[in-house]
Amino acid sequence: MSEKPEADPKHTIAVLVDNEPGVLARVVGLFSGRGYNIDSLTVAEVDTRRDRSRINIVTSGNEMIIDQIRAQLERLVPVFNVVDLTEDGPSIERELALIKVVATGENRIEALRVADIFRARAVDSTLGSFVFEVTGDSSKVNAFIDLMEPLGLAEVSRTGVVAIARGADAM
Amino acid sequence: MSGTEQNLGQASDRNEAAETMSGAEILIRALTDQGVEVIFGYPGGAVLPIYDALFAQNNIRHILVRQEGGAVHAAEGYARSTGKPGVVLVTSGPGATNAVTGLTDAMMDSIPIVCLTGQVASHLIGNDAFQEADTIGITRPCTKHNYLVKDTDEMGRIVHEAFYVATQGRPGPVVIDLPKDICVNQGHYEKPDLDNLQHKTYRPPTTGKPDQVAEAVKWMAGAKRPIFYTGGGLINSGPEACAKLRELVKLTGYPITSTLMGLGAYPASDQQFLGMLGMHGTYEANNAMHDCDVMICLGARFDDRITGRLDAFSPNSKKIHVDVDPSSINKNISIDLGIIGDVGQVIEQMLAAWKQAGHQPDAAASTEWWTTIQKWRSRDCLAFDQGKDVILPQHAIQRLYELTKERDTYITTEVGQHQMWAAQFYKFEEPNRWMTSGGLGTMGYGLPAAVGVQIAHPESLVVDISGEASFMMNMQEIATAAQYRLPLKVFILNNRWMGMVRQWQELLHGSRYSETYSEALPDFVKLAECFGATGMAMRDPATLDDDILKMLDTDGLVIADVQVAQEENCFPMVPSGAAHNEMIMAGNKDAESPKVTGDGMALV
Ligand SMILES: Cc1ncc(C[n+]2csc(CCOP(=O)(O)OP(=O)(O)O)c2C)c(N)n1
Ligand SMILES: [Mg+2]
Repeated sequence: MSEKPEADPKHTIAVLVDNEPGVLARVVGLFSGRGYNIDSLTVAEVDTRRDRSRINIVTSGNEMIIDQIRAQLERLVPVFNVVDLTEDGPSIERELALIKVVATGENRIEALRVADIFRARAVDSTLGSFVFEVTGDSSKVNAFIDLMEPLGLAEVSRTGVVAIARGADAM
Repeated sequence: MSGTEQNLGQASDRNEAAETMSGAEILIRALTDQGVEVIFGYPGGAVLPIYDALFAQNNIRHILVRQEGGAVHAAEGYARSTGKPGVVLVTSGPGATNAVTGLTDAMMDSIPIVCLTGQVASHLIGNDAFQEADTIGITRPCTKHNYLVKDTDEMGRIVHEAFYVATQGRPGPVVIDLPKDICVNQGHYEKPDLDNLQHKTYRPPTTGKPDQVAEAVKWMAGAKRPIFYTGGGLINSGPEACAKLRELVKLTGYPITSTLMGLGAYPASDQQFLGMLGMHGTYEANNAMHDCDVMICLGARFDDRITGRLDAFSPNSKKIHVDVDPSSINKNISIDLGIIGDVGQVIEQMLAAWKQAGHQPDAAASTEWWTTIQKWRSRDCLAFDQGKDVILPQHAIQRLYELTKERDTYITTEVGQHQMWAAQFYKFEEPNRWMTSGGLGTMGYGLPAAVGVQIAHPESLVVDISGEASFMMNMQEIATAAQYRLPLKVFILNNRWMGMVRQWQELLHGSRYSETYSEALPDFVKLAECFGATGMAMRDPATLDDDILKMLDTDGLVIADVQVAQEENCFPMVPSGAAHNEMIMAGNKDAESPKVTGDGMALV
């Protein structure tokens, strides 16, 4: 029996940056230039008074690569702080998705039922379609999308992962 | 932020001391406040206001190069030979794109450069305006940081921040992109308290963690087969750091080797120095690195030219790595003890910790280790046989060394075999005397770099050890040297081949010399003359010394066409893909040499 080589573990990395022009391009360029993966990336200003943004990146790699990614991010001049949320203790990850399902009849009813189980809300509705809003970790969002597939899944829009460490300590 | 510290990141509340001037004037004033004495540049439409402001002052000298690429290399030579940042001024569009190779070179070799690029007026950015290039986008991956100035009031702060970033921590190039309107508009400037600047986010490391330093010296003291592996970080850290290194090496009595970039940090003539390591390093240095039990890496980065095949690199050693850049540690090679800090300061800590703990090197082990090393040394891996007919390139450099070592000499090189021979045969006793393109390997570096060095050291002897192909990559800078009456000596080891590439073709590609012969070479003597310089041809081993002395004693610029053996190869050589102790040696029969593997063929 041949075993598949284990995929590199996923890491969620939070980067606190000075909100100057081009800072996102620097981070993205670093990943593409050095051949690191980006599975998901979110960015938004999180502190308007001090002009700071937070970038959450989901990436994968062995320990040496993840350490490199962290060190390379820390090298960027406008970076305040880098935290590997996967490595540094328990954390919470959430993603929000807007999912359009085009269905009538039995499928329409089934879609609503599944949405209820997933605590997804219908945020738009026509006689032939819904837009659901679902929040949760990525696996929950994936599961919801998988279930909608046979029921008339038409379009998906996802935020990508936002994450934060549990407990009292702030980044 | 304490009361006296000024935060670079915040526009300080303007007070009465602030003056109103044009952006270009603010720029020049800020450069002057930074102590800038020389700018290497080339004008154009977008930087006309800056050239106007330069015209109106006498503090800063502008050196007009002949191509912007030359400006950056000149600034690199200036920086590397003085320890001060080099400053470049180029116009927008093609001026900026021509500077990209030099910026990348400075990035790879950690050279502090501030490069001012012109830009089209703010309202035109993004419109594909005449001579517009996305300089910020293009230079993002090849600078330590870059800035677009969007407000004339920000000019002063950004210039000072740029110098801070370029010089602190691991140095590197910084670009400031200057839209023309920003230079023309009026704004405010006030000189900050430069001694107490603090950057908003950037905090370069200084001293190492004391417990780690204590642990490191314990390992060092307990070592049976130790080696110091040193690099360009020592040169960047400064002459003080190099002095401390000498003290540490003497205190322990351990052998020391150096990367290409680190040459001169430790005196090459000293008995404890094993010569350069790596792809064209010495037999003794590479073998000692392979067999050591404790490796103390100071300001070097385990580059692929050093390590050879990664899984065979120094397999039985505990590795200590001191670096100011945390990303250098564990990047290629797994490190047992990584110390983040300025290498000079960490060495100072090591000295104190060693003395405080009362450590003594293991005398018996040391004797045995040195006996082994002597055995490797006795192989005399750099030996060559200079006959009567044709000058060997090794011999030419050795003679150049012997005839210049008593002088106040600076050496630059281009890239190729001559560069490696220079590293092997020219013995550097002091830091900042050796300027070469290591990380990027940029042909055409040496001549403009020599211009920069000679500008910084007008009374010194500056020699560019060159190859005929590399020379032609930036030979327009001869005109720069002529304009400023720089008495450079360009010592071309003319083998009529792109020798290093030819060597690889011979060893790896069945001697199929595809496009590496230097056809249609100019007559370098006449070339020199047409620039108003002195040209000399050297071709006879018997008169080489006299010829070199004549070159040295000739006033002004000399271009020497040293016609050397055409098919000489540079050895030892660790072929790509081989372990770092598997070297092709000069004069070896093929059968004894390491074979180039299929994997190695794909490596550079
Ligand atoms: C800009 C650039 N282009 C190509 C190369 C690849 N290259 C490395 S060495 C070399 C040949 C250099 O020839 P020469 O200057 O005559 O030096 P030699 O090796 O003969 O001493 C070449 C083409 C390079 N290093 N830089
Ligand atoms: Mg050549």
